[in-house]
Parts: sequence; structure tokens; C-alpha cells
Amino acid sequence: MLDFSILTNHLPEYGEGFLNTIKASVFALLGSFVLGTIIAVFRISGFKPLRLIGAAYVEFIRNIPILIVVLFFFLGLPSLGFKLDGFQAGTLGLTVYTAAFIAEAIRAGIQSVPAGQTEAARSSGMTYMQTMLHVVLPQAIKLVIPPLSNQFINLIKNSSVLTIVSGFDLMYFADIISSETYVTFSTYIFAAVFYLLLTLPLSFAALALEKRLARSA
Amino acid sequence: MDFAGAYSPDNLRFLADGLKLTLYVAAVSIVLSFVFGTIVGTLRYMRVPVLSPVLAVIVETLRNLPLLLIIFFIQFALPEIGFKFTVTAGVITALTLFEAAMISEIVRAGLQSIPKGQTEAARSSGLGTYQTLRYIVLPQGLRRMVPPLVSQFISLLKDTSLAVIVALAELMHNAQIVMAQNHNYPIPILLLIALVYFAINYTLSLLSRRLEARTT
Repeated sequence: MLDFSILTNHLPEYGEGFLNTIKASVFALLGSFVLGTIIAVFRISGFKPLRLIGAAYVEFIRNIPILIVVLFFFLGLPSLGFKLDGFQAGTLGLTVYTAAFIAEAIRAGIQSVPAGQTEAARSSGMTYMQTMLHVVLPQAIKLVIPPLSNQFINLIKNSSVLTIVSGFDLMYFADIISSETYVTFSTYIFAAVFYLLLTLPLSFAALALEKRLARSA
Repeated sequence: MDFAGAYSPDNLRFLADGLKLTLYVAAVSIVLSFVFGTIVGTLRYMRVPVLSPVLAVIVETLRNLPLLLIIFFIQFALPEIGFKFTVTAGVITALTLFEAAMISEIVRAGLQSIPKGQTEAARSSGLGTYQTLRYIVLPQGLRRMVPPLVSQFISLLKDTSLAVIVALAELMHNAQIVMAQNHNYPIPILLLIALVYFAINYTLSLLSRRLEARTT
């Protein structure tokens, strides 16, 4: 049933797609970590307009499909004069979308750091920024790692939407292979195996990490 | 940007048709994935020999694959080995498989969160395995599962948009057709459908919060 010649004859295409999927996921993870941290800090800031902006971002983005965000960068921005290719638009879309979920994970982490820590830091003369950077965030990060690793798995799976905007990811190349060979079943089984090569080890690692942190807490 | 042109009565009617199919596909998939997810999650919780490990492999495989790939696979790869689906049935099957795998994990975690003493007490007062599950563990577990279940249903509703890859005439697909008419349409149309998805999902999440406040 499985045609292994598909895999052996098209290894370069699979390889390129596989690398692009990893690239998009890693770029988006780094970008959404930075953006997510900023939004999390907005959400707990003492300044109400910032809190509202943070809440609006998280609630809006979390409740709309990722494809809308990706299409905004792919179809919406060009109509305003900014042209992006499928990979760039897809990666930006993934970043903006995932940032909302990461912001919530970071906010939960920050709020779990006892208020006494902030009060002590502020009364020893640190500014709000210094308190965040040197006292609160380093402690919060421990609690944030397990949800972050789950978000990374979601990112890898979600990166397949790049296909819809021709973003050169793994599924896009599977599409190219199947339209050349007219073999869909085997082509997509191998594509699925490549995805599992990325997501399964991460899932098991995330689970082990969660168990370890649960024991140490 | 051309809001007036993008929101013409014809376009709005076309989008409303898409929304109807989105809601239909989501509703059917929610019911089916809840039923199958609860069965699979309960079987895994009960550690049935042979069956539970087999289910574990299937669940982990489905959960770790992109849903987009599953939708595409069912529509275009399965016919090669003799399984043909209409587009709507194919998408509902894909959504049900994927979301049932997710829901089974929520159910399993919910059941496992019930203290062992509850089961032991039930068993020692003479209840059978099934009775213990039905009257002691499930009622308590289900209550804890409400918030994660509702967020999974919200995910499902968002995920129906991935059916554009098999050209199911749901909201996102119809929006793409409208956007292709004119290069001034994408932003108004994306904004409109974003607000539609948001309104439905945000209402669901508010309901979930209220339900949670009542049960705890």
C-alpha cells in the first residue's frame, strides 16, 4: 500500500519543506515569546489603557481562526502597499496568533510570583522595569516553560497553514510531490511521519518536564 | 479599502450562507467528538487491556498531526484506497477524529483528577466498576471538564476555517471568494468575518466562565 519510491525519489523536496516548517516555527516561537511577554506586562500594568490594550489583543486573537491572521498579512497588507511572500506572511501570522496564547501563559506565571517580591524590590529602590526584569520575570519563567513547550508543538502543527498561502512548508511540498506523481496516499503518509518526527519527541519531553516540575513544586 | 463595495447585499448574503454551513459543521462535529472523546477517554482511564494501549497510539498520533493535513488526507488520499467522502462528510470526519482525540485527553485528565478514595469508598460499599464510574467518578469529573471542553469547542469552531483546503463552502471559503473579486476587499472582509468568529467564540467563553462560577 505504501509506495516508498515516493520518499526516496523526493527526499530533497521533503527535506526543504521540513526545514522551512522548522524555520517558520522557530522564528514564530522567538517572535511570539517577545511579543507575548510585552502583552503580558501590559495586561498586569498599573496603567489602565495598557491593561485594556493587552486584554483586547488576547481576547480578540484567541477567538478568531489563525487563518484570518495569516490572510491579513498575505492579502490585507498588500492592499495597503506592503507586499509579503507566503513564508513571511505565514510566519508573521503565526507569531501574532501564538503571542496571544503565550501572553496568557506568561501572565499566569507572573501573577504566581508573590506580591511581597515586587514590594520588596520596589522598596529597595528598583523601578517597575527593573523589578520586572530582575525579580519577577526570572521567577515566573519556571512556571511558563511547560505551557510554552505545548505552544511550540501547536506552532509546528499550525505552521501547516503556510500551505494555504504557498509558504513552502512541509505540506506545501507534499502538495507539489503529489501533483507531480499523482500519488496522494503515500505522499501524505510520509509528510505525516515528518510532522510526527517533530511533534512526538516534543510532546513526550513536555510531559516529562511537567511531571518533574509538578514533583519539585 | 472599499467597505461599501465589500459589504454589498449580495456579498453579505453569500457570507451568511457560509456562516450557516460553518455552524452546521461545527455543531455536528462538536456532538460527535464529544461522544467519541468521552468514550475513548473513559476507556483509557479504565485501562482496558489491549484496547487502551491501542487507543493511546491512535490518540497520540492524531493529536500530534496538523488538522489541515488530516482534512486533506481524508478528502484526497483515502479515495486512493477506496474510501470516498463528500466534502462536508469528509470535513466532519476529520474534525471529529482530531477533536475527539483532544477531548479524550481532557476526559481522561478529568477522571484521573478525582481522588482515589472516592473510587475505593464506592467499591467497598458494594458498587460495581460501571456503577462507580457512572454515579461517582463521571458526575464529579464532568464538572471539572467544563472549562477545558468549552475552549476545545471554541478551537473546533475556529478550525472549521481550515476546510478551505478542500473548498467546503463555509464562511472562510466564501470570504476568500469575495476577497478575490477586488483587491480593495480583503481588509473589510477579514475584519467582518473576524468579528463574526469573535462574537460567537467570546459568547461561548463567557458562558463557560459563568458555568464554572456556578459549579465551583
